[in-house]
This record gives sequence, structure tokens and C-alpha cells, in this order.
Amino acid sequence: MTVKVRISDDALAIACGADHVAAAFAAAGCTVERVSSWGMQWLEPLADIDGQGFGPLTVADVPAVLAGNSPLAIGAIEHHPFIARQQRFTFARAGKTRPLSLDDYAANGGWAGLARARELGAEATIAEVTQSGLRGRGGAGFPAGIKWTTVARAPADRKYIVCNADEGDSATFADRMVMEGDPFMLIEGMAIAGHAVGAQVGYVYIRSEYPHAIAKMEAAAALSAAIIAPFRVEVRVGAGAYVCGEETSLLNSLEGKRGEVRAKPPLPALEGLFGKPTVVNNVLTLAAVPWIMAHGGAAYAAVGFGRSRGTMPIQIAGNVRHGGLFEVGFGITLGELVMEIGGGTASGRPVHAVQVGGPLGAYHPPSDFHLAFDYETFAAADGLIGHAGLSVFDDTADMSALARFAMSFCAVESCGKCTPCRIGSTRGVEVIDRIRARSGRTVDRVETLPQMHNARKAARTLGEDIALLEDLCETMKFGSLCALGGFTPYPVLSAIKHFPQDFGLAAPEQEAAE
Amino acid sequence: MAENMTMTTNLTASERDAEVARILAAHATREGALLPILHDIQAVLGHVPEAVIPAIAHALNVSRAEVHGVISFYHDFHVEPHTRPVIKLCRSESCQARGVEVLARAFEGETRVSIEPIYCLGLCTVGPNAMVGNTLHARLDTAKLSALVESVA
Ligand SMILES: Cc1cc2nc3c(=O)[nH]c(=O)nc-3n(C[C@H](O)[C@H](O)[C@H](O)COP(=O)(O)O)c2cc1C
Ligand code: SF4
Repeated sequence: MTVKVRISDDALAIACGADHVAAAFAAAGCTVERVSSWGMQWLEPLADIDGQGFGPLTVADVPAVLAGNSPLAIGAIEHHPFIARQQRFTFARAGKTRPLSLDDYAANGGWAGLARARELGAEATIAEVTQSGLRGRGGAGFPAGIKWTTVARAPADRKYIVCNADEGDSATFADRMVMEGDPFMLIEGMAIAGHAVGAQVGYVYIRSEYPHAIAKMEAAAALSAAIIAPFRVEVRVGAGAYVCGEETSLLNSLEGKRGEVRAKPPLPALEGLFGKPTVVNNVLTLAAVPWIMAHGGAAYAAVGFGRSRGTMPIQIAGNVRHGGLFEVGFGITLGELVMEIGGGTASGRPVHAVQVGGPLGAYHPPSDFHLAFDYETFAAADGLIGHAGLSVFDDTADMSALARFAMSFCAVESCGKCTPCRIGSTRGVEVIDRIRARSGRTVDRVETLPQMHNARKAARTLGEDIALLEDLCETMKFGSLCALGGFTPYPVLSAIKHFPQDFGLAAPEQEAAE
Repeated sequence: MAENMTMTTNLTASERDAEVARILAAHATREGALLPILHDIQAVLGHVPEAVIPAIAHALNVSRAEVHGVISFYHDFHVEPHTRPVIKLCRSESCQARGVEVLARAFEGETRVSIEPIYCLGLCTVGPNAMVGNTLHARLDTAKLSALVESVA
């Protein structure tokens, strides 16, 4: 009997050489099946032979794997602590099915949610989603059931479902893994949403940096067209603008316009795409819906912490030993995620900071490791969980350089609509440059002109530059139209607060590393 | 879709206009078609030449300024052809945590290829990462990035 080898065809596995390893197994006479990724990314390319795992493999490792004496054997994949500790709802099929196989999908619980939604009818479907407590996974955590109810009640000749697959935050890849690993699940979630609110068309707006996800979603939409009809799903591709992840910017982009943020109200739920009532939901929000419909809202709500119900696919990334996708009920602590599950840094050096929630999220020191992963807990600690990405840094990180990066990223990606963000971010880069140079600021020629009687005539010290930066951050926080300008201060202020020594200030007292 | 590395900019003006007309016709019934049109044009021509903007504006019944405004808003679209092969190196936080800034500095003098920043490829556990055309490269170090530069230069 030929040996059957399963290897992921996820973009990350391919980038790490999975295609070559798969070809080597095939050349050795094995049957190779390309499946989704388990999410143990440090082990990719990972081969699965009868449930036993081997990784990370190169072509040269293949003979030893087949001879049964590979040092890269990890034992039974399902029992690996990284997998065994998870509670996988959305990623229940990860590692097990061929992404574009309708047979695999149907044989592993696929379409059960849509069938139940059709049986229950629109109103009861929304009631089930509301009962689940599902909150938007794109960052803001808005309850999905309330959004759907608003769209369902809005009278209109046309309504839309828009799936936000712009996943621009560094340290996030769960949306990508859904689209590449289990694309029918997302389509099923969109079809359920369409059924629930009375929408005919769904758009998936995918960032252009994800060519593999685009190809898989296009293929999946075509393959499943008859199953979800009369609902229809179409893939649209972004064009390299981070701000297009903001929902109103995304809608403008879908309409073929510049991705400028729109003022709210009107809410997209009432006047969204082409002015029609529109559900805009993140990939993970929509992907959670088939499970909720198949198992019931109460079963989903039974897991979680406080007002954060259900599971969260957390992405542990950056300088971390065991990086990957870890789906678990809310409430796990940051320290457990980074140290126990992630295994600390890949470099072996002490953990210095963890950025939670992407480029708009705060930098947390190890003294924050007790924080429970939950929307409200992180908000109370001047942070956010965002799309649940963790970027781990070791003690070689220069936190003032990272604060500068946050400001420069905002300057590059600002949509330009409001001044605090468009101009403030550039001024922020300049101030941080001066702080980093410890140069202070001397009075310039214009300021010494007699007409400039309000201008300051004395040089500015380092401490005054820091105060100025904090003041600028306050202006951006409260004066920006959307969260790009409004949250860029989070990484900046958290870096100053927790790592003042990197800004030339005295070190804080109790910040002992674990 | 991220633009192709193969640039067929050696088309004559009339061949180019025929390609653009074909693309415009293919999207005639789509709502909000401008981005898909620009992606398709860039995939075929390598860039979106100024000369084709009037045809796009006419087909969509918008002003040329609006089309230009859209092209200039998005980082992906460019009106000039690339003169050198492009390697997009991720410079986001997770790749920074894994040493991309040191790696990038080592290639600052490289003139045969253009090493451009990109913000996140979604491979944040195996950086530093890069993309050439639609092909992804992970776990880069100086030797691997050198080999990549040689292969595209
Ligand atoms: C600058 C910016 C970028 C954003 N990027 C994304 C993104 O990539 N994906 C996403 O789902 N939501 C993103 N959001 C949040 C969306 O505006 C919106 O809240 C979300 O798509 C709603 O879906 P949800 O309720 O399912 O989370 C972003 C917001 C801002 C301000
Ligand atoms: S905060 Fe920035 S990105 Fe958001 S609307 Fe204002 S200018 Fe645009």
C-alpha cells in the first residue's frame, strides 16, 4: 500500500517550501494530499502521515521520514500540546480537509449551519446569532446580532453582505488561514448572513498581498454557487491601502473610489454599499456563524469570559518560538499565550514587549502578563485586542524606534481626510526623531521674527519634547475621524509609559521581567 | 491581484489600446468596476499609463481627475513602469521583531533590484518575508535574500 502524506498548501507552508517537500514525497512513490494548515507554523512544512507529524521539513529530510528514523518526528499531531490545549470551533477542520474539496467540506459538518438557518427562517437565525453573543472580530467588537437586526429591518430593494478580508494588521493571519484553508466555511457564513438580512449579493474584499487567498476564494465561490443560490458571492481585490480595512473606506473602495473614510452617521447598516443597507463583517465573524447555526447560539455563548463570548483565533507571532494560530475561549492570560503556548522568544532572549492588536495596539511589558484576553480587560489597560494578533519582541527591541514606526505607518497609510492624523503623524515622526537624537529643539529663524510674538523664544528640552509628543497624541486620539489616527497614539504612549529608558527618561521601578 | 513581474510594455499604442478596450468591455456590467479594471490593466501592461486614463474615464462616465485620484490613492497602482525588478520586503512589526531592519540595511546599496517596503504578508511567524510577483519567500536571512536578488536581477 502506498503511504499517504498530507501537507498544507497554505501560503505560509508554500513560502517555507511545502511544494518542494510535497514533490519529493510524490517522487518517492507516496500519495500526497494537499490540505489546510494545522496552524503550528514553526513546524511548516509539516507532513502528516497517519496522524503522525514531521516538521519542519526540507526535501533532504524526506528519506528519513519514510525510513521511520527522522529526528523531526513530533508524534501524534492531535496530541501535540499546542493543538490539545485549543478549543477549535472555527478551525475545527484545520489540517484535516482539502480546502477546495466540496466532498471533504460536506463530510465534516459543512453546510449544516446553512441548512438549519433555512429551516429556521430569517428571524430565528438572527435570534440564534444574537444569543451566541458573537462580537465582531475585526477589532471593534460590535455585537453581530445587533448589526444584522438593523440591516434586516431597514427597508430597501437591495442589500449587501460585505466580508472584510483586508487583514492588514501585522501579526494577524487568521482570516488568511480561513480563506486558504476552509473557504467554503466563509461562503457558508456569508450565505447565512444574506439569508438572515435579505441580501442577494456578498462581496469579499481581500487585500492584494494575499494572492493565494484570492485564488482559493474565487475557486470556492465558483464551486459552491449552486449550493448558496440565489445568494451570490463575488471576490474583490484591494490595492495596498491599510486604511481600506476601515469599513467605510472599504465601501468606497468597493464602489471604485478613493478609500477615504466616511463620516458616520449614516451607519453602513442603513446606508452602506451604493447607499444600500449593508452588513460589513470581518472574516472571522462570518466564519463563526456556520458553527453557531449548526450547534446553537447557547453552545457558543457557553464558552468565554465576561462580555466576550465564544472562542477567539489568536495569532501568536513575531519573535516567538512556537508561533501560529491558537483558537481558545476568551479569558486566557497574555502570559500563558506568550510564555506557555508560544514558548517565549525564538531568539532565546528575554521577552521585552508584546504588541497586541496590530499597528494600532499597545506595547505591553511582561508586567501585563496577568491580563485576561478579553475586549474590556485590554481596553481598561489602555490597550486593545483588535484582531487578536500578538507580536513578541525580545530585549534587543528599541521601543522609541517602534514608536516612530507607528507614527510613520500612520503617515503613510492616512486617508488624508482629517488633520490630526494626516499632519499629526508626520509631526509625530519629527518629534520622535528629535527625542531619539536627544537633541532638543533650538528656535528656528521664523520663530525669532518680530511678528512671531506668540512663538516660543527658548529652546525646547528633551522633557518638553516628550510632553509635546504626549499632547500631540491626545489631539490625535480625540480629534481623528477613525481609529487609524485615533489609535496610533496607543503604541506610542504605551512605549513611553512602559519603556521610558528608550526615550532617554529614567527607567520605571517595578517593571521586572518574568 | 499583485502585479505581474512580466511586463508587456513593448506593445504598440494601438495594441495597448485594444487590450484596454477588451478589459473595459469585460467589466462593462460590473458595479464599482474601477479597481478590478485597474488591476487587470496593470497585470497586462505592468503599469497604468497616463495615456489610457481617458478611455477608462469615458467607459465609466467619470472624470479623468477621478480616475487619476483613485490611481494615486492606492499604493499598488503606478503610472510609470518599473525600471528594475521589484522585491517587496515586509517591514511590519512582526518582521521587525525577527530582524528585518538589520537585513534591509545590508541591502541598501543594491541597485540592480528595487527593494520596496510592504506592510504585512500574513506570514508573521516565519519572517523576514518577501514577495516577488505573486511568489512568497519566508525565513529570509542575508544568504537567502542575496540568492533571491540574484535570481531576479
Ligand atoms: C484603520 C482601520 C483598519 C481596519 N482594518 C480592518 C481589517 O483589516 N479587517 C477587519 O475586519 N476590520 C478592520 N477594521 C474594522 C472595521 O472598520 C469594522 O469595524 C469591521 O470590519 C466590522 O466587522 P466586525 O463587526 O465583524 O468586526 C479596521 C478599522 C480601522 C479604523
Ligand atoms: S483618522 Fe486618518 S485615516 Fe482616519 S479618517 Fe482621519 S485622516 Fe483618514
